[in-house]
Amino acid sequence: MASAEEVAKAAERRDVRDRWLLSAPALLVILFAATGPLLIVLVYSFLTPGPYGDVKWQFSSDAWTSVFLERDIFDDTLSLAAAHVTIFWRSIKLAVVTTLATLALGFPTAYFMATRSEKTRDLWLFLITIPFWTNLLIRTFAVLQIIRNEGIVNTILLKLGIVSAPVQILYTDTAILIGMAYVYLPLMVLPIYASMEKLDFRLVEAGYDLYATRFKVLRKIIFPLVKPGVIAGSILVFIPALGAYVTPSVLGGGKNMMLSNLIELQFGQGRNWPLGSALSITVMIIVMVALLAYVRNAGKSGVRHG
Amino acid sequence: MASNFSIKHQPGFTAIAATCFVVLYLPIIVLVIYAFNAASSTSEWGGFSLKWFQSAYQNTQVIDATLRSFQIGAIAAVLSTIFATMAALATTRTASYPGLTFKYAAINQPLMVPEIVTGVALLIFFSRIKIFTGYSGIGYLVAAHTAFCIPFAYLPIRARLENMDLTLERAAADLYATPWKTFRRITLPLLWPGILAGLMLAFVISLDDVVITEFVKSGGQDTLPTYMLGQIRRGITPEINAISTAFLLLSVAIVTLFFFVSRKRD
Repeated sequence: MASAEEVAKAAERRDVRDRWLLSAPALLVILFAATGPLLIVLVYSFLTPGPYGDVKWQFSSDAWTSVFLERDIFDDTLSLAAAHVTIFWRSIKLAVVTTLATLALGFPTAYFMATRSEKTRDLWLFLITIPFWTNLLIRTFAVLQIIRNEGIVNTILLKLGIVSAPVQILYTDTAILIGMAYVYLPLMVLPIYASMEKLDFRLVEAGYDLYATRFKVLRKIIFPLVKPGVIAGSILVFIPALGAYVTPSVLGGGKNMMLSNLIELQFGQGRNWPLGSALSITVMIIVMVALLAYVRNAGKSGVRHG
Repeated sequence: MASNFSIKHQPGFTAIAATCFVVLYLPIIVLVIYAFNAASSTSEWGGFSLKWFQSAYQNTQVIDATLRSFQIGAIAAVLSTIFATMAALATTRTASYPGLTFKYAAINQPLMVPEIVTGVALLIFFSRIKIFTGYSGIGYLVAAHTAFCIPFAYLPIRARLENMDLTLERAAADLYATPWKTFRRITLPLLWPGILAGLMLAFVISLDDVVITEFVKSGGQDTLPTYMLGQIRRGITPEINAISTAFLLLSVAIVTLFFFVSRKRD
């Protein structure tokens, strides 16, 4: 006869097996239509481009070479691919500046929301959630109508006599920046607010009792305590900003490409699927590095604050 | 003396917050106002009119894309919510077991990768399958949408489950209820608000998607957002404002519902 211990162990094994069966559909769908295909991208990045798109099954490292370098057609020497470097630089720069801008605006906003009375907090949260769930394309389109030459911003500037001709904002890097900061702001505010809501204001009071200035309280007490929220918000903004497709397509007007537009080009007119794949993997590596930095940072602050 | 010294005050913060809220809503309000513009350009006001709504309604491409969006959104939302519910049941209210961390990582994976990369990956993968099977229907879009909706549906369901202890389920089992009966009569009713929230979230996420759809769709499979993107690239008419306004109204309605469902504490 089986001992009680064996019975318990068998029951546990059964439980774990049932739990795998229960999660199988979700895992399979994600494997089939999200994670698995990423591996194929990796394979494709080492193949030769086919004449009409797609690939020839022939190993080549050309795609990876041409992510940052280009081969001179006359003497076969390699030099830095200026166009690609520019686009990488622009994308990273715009993503970083977007993150900083949303942080500068989002932190005070989250603070404002968290310091309201319990009753009104829900209302503010609701107001920040609505844009968050509103179609990103529609919000980008709304920005386009505001900043274009005939838009409300230029109309007001002209009427006030501040400028004599409309300021060209649309189809510039500034337009992409404004658009991304606008659409991603809620992604920054929400996690900071979540941290801020748990903030114990007795600590702030203690700071003032010890003659700290307002700025010192902000820097030495409030900021360290909500840092996990700040980091989470920064990651949530940086990742989609780096790979942004809709905003540069609508507000950059095709001239000011970002990484996603460059990748799309390889699968369209460029007909260089391996290069498109290599570029995609490069974007993913940048994101992974950012995520890793986040995990390490979150781990550290987790230890400090319990 | 500074008798009204507030410990919560920080100079300038309220002003910045106020600016943010105004700036968040102003463009949307302008967009909605111009949807009712009688003029055919979007730069001048020609009086109130509903003609752009009418023209959008009579545009078969718009109606076609809208129906396709709803169809994909509905199927993807239901499937992803069912799968997410099962996965949530399998990954909560248990001691850690081998593979649990892997499951968390796998379920959240679609959130960690930029959409453009997933889009490209699916373009490559599905184009292979299309050649292989000859099928090029909307099944691919449904599969892609279901996959990236799962982590969103999973979020509120898991949160709800974690706040439910096992007492009632154990009591039911003690009273000889079968596991299925316990699930139907105890777990499901208690979990229902979470499931509903997950379902709405998944539907909105599917409805909003542009990037992945843009890469996965075959010819003539535009959803409303990809149709709108194409139109915006070609030049803007107030018709886009009218479509956006209708779309906005729907989103706001769903968010409001979501807010009440997920806030309800019973």
